[in-house]
Amino acid sequence: MPLRDLIATAVTALKVNLTRSRLTVLGVVIGVAAIMMVASIGESAQSLIISQIQSFGTRVISIAPGREPSGPSDFASIFSESLKTGDLEALRRPGAVPGITNITPIVAGSYVMEAGNESTSATTAGSAPFIQTMMNLELHDGQFFTDDDVAALSRVVVLGQDVAKDLFGEASQATGQTIRVKDQSFRVIGVLEGGGAGFANFDSYALLPWTTAHAYLSGTSHFTEIDIEVESEEIIPRVVADVEILLRQRHGITDPEKDDFYVNTIAEATEIVSQVTGIVTALISAVAAISLVVGGIGIMNIMLASVAERTREIGLRKAIGATNRDIRNQFLIEAIILTVLGGIIGIIVAIIFGIIAAIVLTNYVGLAWDYIFPIVPTIIGVTVSIATGLIFGLLPARKASHMDPVEALRYE
Amino acid sequence: MTSTPLLAIKNLSRTYGEGDSATHALRGVSFTVNEGEFVAIMGPSGSGKSTLLHLLSFLDRASAGTYHYKGQETTDFDDDQLADIRKNELGFVFQQFNLLPLASVFENVMLPLTYTHRKAAERRQLVTNVIGRAGLEPRTNHSANKLSGGEKQRVAFARALVMEPSLILADEPTGNLDSVSGAQIMAFLQQLNDEGRTVLLVTHETETAQHAKRMIKMRDGAIESDAPITNQYRASGTLLHK
Repeated sequence: MPLRDLIATAVTALKVNLTRSRLTVLGVVIGVAAIMMVASIGESAQSLIISQIQSFGTRVISIAPGREPSGPSDFASIFSESLKTGDLEALRRPGAVPGITNITPIVAGSYVMEAGNESTSATTAGSAPFIQTMMNLELHDGQFFTDDDVAALSRVVVLGQDVAKDLFGEASQATGQTIRVKDQSFRVIGVLEGGGAGFANFDSYALLPWTTAHAYLSGTSHFTEIDIEVESEEIIPRVVADVEILLRQRHGITDPEKDDFYVNTIAEATEIVSQVTGIVTALISAVAAISLVVGGIGIMNIMLASVAERTREIGLRKAIGATNRDIRNQFLIEAIILTVLGGIIGIIVAIIFGIIAAIVLTNYVGLAWDYIFPIVPTIIGVTVSIATGLIFGLLPARKASHMDPVEALRYE
Repeated sequence: MTSTPLLAIKNLSRTYGEGDSATHALRGVSFTVNEGEFVAIMGPSGSGKSTLLHLLSFLDRASAGTYHYKGQETTDFDDDQLADIRKNELGFVFQQFNLLPLASVFENVMLPLTYTHRKAAERRQLVTNVIGRAGLEPRTNHSANKLSGGEKQRVAFARALVMEPSLILADEPTGNLDSVSGAQIMAFLQQLNDEGRTVLLVTHETETAQHAKRMIKMRDGAIESDAPITNQYRASGTLLHK
């Protein structure tokens, strides 16, 4: 039977039981839409997280003290004091590591800050002026500290929105005022713009020169992190190697297994996040796929009922010359039409829900959530729905094709 | 052409089941049918006439014996070869009409052509022609379930004729019709035979069988008698011509 006749026959048959066909399609719609939505949300979430990571700049590598943690409970390695001022100076020495354009150390801490009768706790980051560029920090008002402030150990601080509001009521009131931390007074020289999500949110931070943080807050000379910006992404592997050689030399390490520092690159972090979100998406998709299996069983159920109801028709078709393959194809095409229709509607539903979700997340949750047209999930959706039709349509279709024409014609 | 019969069966048997519980529906039946014959197969229920029809129409396979169709032995044909013979050689008319109830007259008659690769224009022409022959033009676009019994059977005839078959198999074609419609259908069948088409008619009504030129009577799975029907005998029948 030519394909055009097969399709025409199938469409006619499906129209006979329109309500039943619609309900069957609905089962597939739900299945395909569920998989598509999960896959699409996973893709958007992944791109959101990766874009946040990459907002640090893809040319940034980061040195942390201690061994690379061997697992989530490996705290001991994190609290290490191996990165010292000497290391920073060595890295900064001209020609020590070629290709470095900027070095920004970070001294992180958490302190109670007071102004008048108000107090709040804030995360402090002692750093260099370049952190402003590296983290894309916008100033709400005032100014950022300078290299001179770093050199002079100036007791100046730039507050995040929440910290400024907690201490002064209004963010715009903070600049020019004085706050007290560990019984030392600091002058507020600027306030950051609020907002930003995840890693990029500095609302509860207070930023100050790293020299000031060492001298007045931590009282030590080690860093929590040293971030290095390089000329281009291509030279990152070479810079990482140079940094490792330099620091091993300084720390007297011969066996790389015994490193007391480790170097992260954005590329590595991106890859880890991609892997993690990919796994999570795949797992949830697998759960969503169960709904498609249920839809597929619905198809099989309906097709079996349809085959039984049309036994005489099958007998007649065989009598007038339909081959077993003609009969099988006829029912298979019916099943595939149902699933492809379900697949297309499911994809449209998923896209509409995806766009609505993106609008809600952007406007009401404040995430920088981009709607990504799910190309791969769409391909998967179409393929899976056709496959569902084939798999769940095959049994009823084979049953129909193997009917004995004499028995089928006698069927009441 | 006269040297080779249209169909020739020899010792054709059909057994259902095995061993002690086996039912012998047909016990070694032999006869030949030449082109242009009009054969009525008669017999009470259980006589094996339906089984014989199913074997002759390639819907079923014999347990033993041979079946030559147009000189070709067919008992070892596979499903596809049998389907091909049914499609190109046979035209079926059933007691139950077996139309697609929601499809139009046109679509029902078109059905056999959907299993061919003929062009749409040619299909339309063939369907229109046979619908005309069956006198169904005014009903062309009516759905089959809106027709009277006689009209339904005429649609079935049109469907049987659209592939220009060599052999027409009519299984109790008047069984579900009133006497007037039945007479019309038999007249139509006779007309087809007059045009040279071979007709095999299965019936249990003597009156209906009298339209044929030869009668094979079946009993207990075997042929009881096989004889021509004389013109004299036929003339005595009623309901002959519309």
